[in-house]
Amino acid sequence: MTVLRNRFVRRVAETAGILFGVAVLVFVMLRAIPGDQITAGLGTEAAALTPAQRQALEQYYGLDQPLVTQFFSWLGNMFTGNFGYSARSQQSVLELTMNALPVTFELAVLSIVLALLIGVPLGMLAASRPNSVRDAAGQAVSLAGLSIPAFLLATTLLSVFAASFGFNPNGQGFATLLEDPLLNLRQMLLPALVLGFGIAAPILRTTRTAVLEVRSDDFVRTARAKGVPERRLQVRHVLGNALVPIVTMTGLQFGYLLGGAVVVEQIFSVPGIGRQVLLGIQQKEYAVVQSTVLVIALAFVLVNLVTDLLYRVIDPRVGAS
Amino acid sequence: MRRSPAGVAGVVILALLAVVAVLSYAGLLPYDPVAQHPPSRFLGPSGAHLFGTDQFGRDVFSRVAAGVGNSALIAVVAVAFATVVGTLGGLVAGFYRGVADGAIGGVTNVLFAFPPLLLALSLASVLERNWFTIAVAIAVVYVPIFIRVTRGPVLSLREIEYVKAAVSTGQSRWQIMLRHVLPNITSIIVVQVALSLSWAVLTEASLSFLGLGTPPPAPSLGSMIFEARSLVFVAPWTLIAPGVVVVLLVVGLNLLGDGLRDTLDVRNRGDR
Repeated sequence: MTVLRNRFVRRVAETAGILFGVAVLVFVMLRAIPGDQITAGLGTEAAALTPAQRQALEQYYGLDQPLVTQFFSWLGNMFTGNFGYSARSQQSVLELTMNALPVTFELAVLSIVLALLIGVPLGMLAASRPNSVRDAAGQAVSLAGLSIPAFLLATTLLSVFAASFGFNPNGQGFATLLEDPLLNLRQMLLPALVLGFGIAAPILRTTRTAVLEVRSDDFVRTARAKGVPERRLQVRHVLGNALVPIVTMTGLQFGYLLGGAVVVEQIFSVPGIGRQVLLGIQQKEYAVVQSTVLVIALAFVLVNLVTDLLYRVIDPRVGAS
Repeated sequence: MRRSPAGVAGVVILALLAVVAVLSYAGLLPYDPVAQHPPSRFLGPSGAHLFGTDQFGRDVFSRVAAGVGNSALIAVVAVAFATVVGTLGGLVAGFYRGVADGAIGGVTNVLFAFPPLLLALSLASVLERNWFTIAVAIAVVYVPIFIRVTRGPVLSLREIEYVKAAVSTGQSRWQIMLRHVLPNITSIIVVQVALSLSWAVLTEASLSFLGLGTPPPAPSLGSMIFEARSLVFVAPWTLIAPGVVVVLLVVGLNLLGDGLRDTLDVRNRGDR
């Protein structure tokens, strides 16, 4: 148990170190942009500022402080919940993030569920008869998932559904799950389908490989000899043991999901965290970008940590050595 | 490669697209991809305009061809940069271990903490935008993948007899790394290059779709698809042509990567 706890503590410390590095990188990146908050906010009018005005603004934004001080005051503020302020939306970035995060979280969960529903059965089907027609079909689906850009699929689905079936729930204002669950799910359907299709491909491939490997194991033959029904054999014995690589792969896809969310949320007007970053970039609201990117990296790193700990639960052999 | 039909299919698709890209580099396209000609707006596909024309009367075939050229250029430069930097990083980390390994590992972990597209997006948004900086933004995302893919095999190679023998004959570390270790990990790197190219094309297309890629009027497959969104029903060819071509390009690279992996028998595949 102490081994496990030490391991946990070490992983958490490592995660904290990574996040500090991420914070440094994000800070340096945004400072590398020519100009500062003042020129970004005022545009060309910034040139008309008198030196005294400029100095006052610099003092206001803390730009007269050394970079190291600026960095630590930003980081310290993040810890106390002060993520900065978005002048355009007249809201604090914390407030924006608290509204956007659950939306993206819901989208991510739905996408993963859809991806597993597509990827795992198709992967098992492909593995049930390697090098057959159904295997080739599975491979073709996964190749399509890997090769069709999310933005192309999203654009096409949006126009086809809107024009041919008059289905365009994303055309009206966004409803959260609590406000109007039915409308919300209709609005999430296409975005989740696009993202889910993208990550179904690697899940399908992983399932196929893992199932093929487990299938030829001795214990499967023994179970079959004992007369375990085929369905139970496939689900409990084969899939159960193929689960570790599938869970790992699903966890790894979370990064793709968060990146893809930027594109898909933008196209379907879903007010999630990805759209918040993109809007921040487009409107040059660096306070928004800086804090939001850090929040996303935090989410990503935490998911990786959870995945890592989760497969120790699924497979007790992991980490025992 | 001959034993892998998928790989062969990939090569054929890529060869076709390469011809198109070369035509665009050589300036041999039927029309100037950026020249506007309002009288011939929204012409359907015909002998004169193979893929029709867009809302400014520009020839869609020429624009798609130039877009393929641009995408290929950016993807190749980005992956070349990532391969060189990442492989060197992985070699040094795996071979020297100790402090170098710790430092390189730290940078790798930090870069891996970003969702890939988000990192490229943030970098592209802060850099002055032209084809080269886009390539750099994409390259940074793929450097850690190459580091991770090479470091592991290097760690085990350095314990193998012939490497130890080379150490005992007094060759310098760099000589050993480049002459004895690197040749033994080339198949892993080659497969990773093919797969990374397909992701680089996707990333570039996504960036330009979001308006953070090569600035207009330079044609790019992503921005063409973005512009075609509202024209789907007036001129569907403006969406179909770049859409089909971008998918073909990525399919070709994925098939090539799968074929190479099967032929060279490389099992591990880096995460995206």
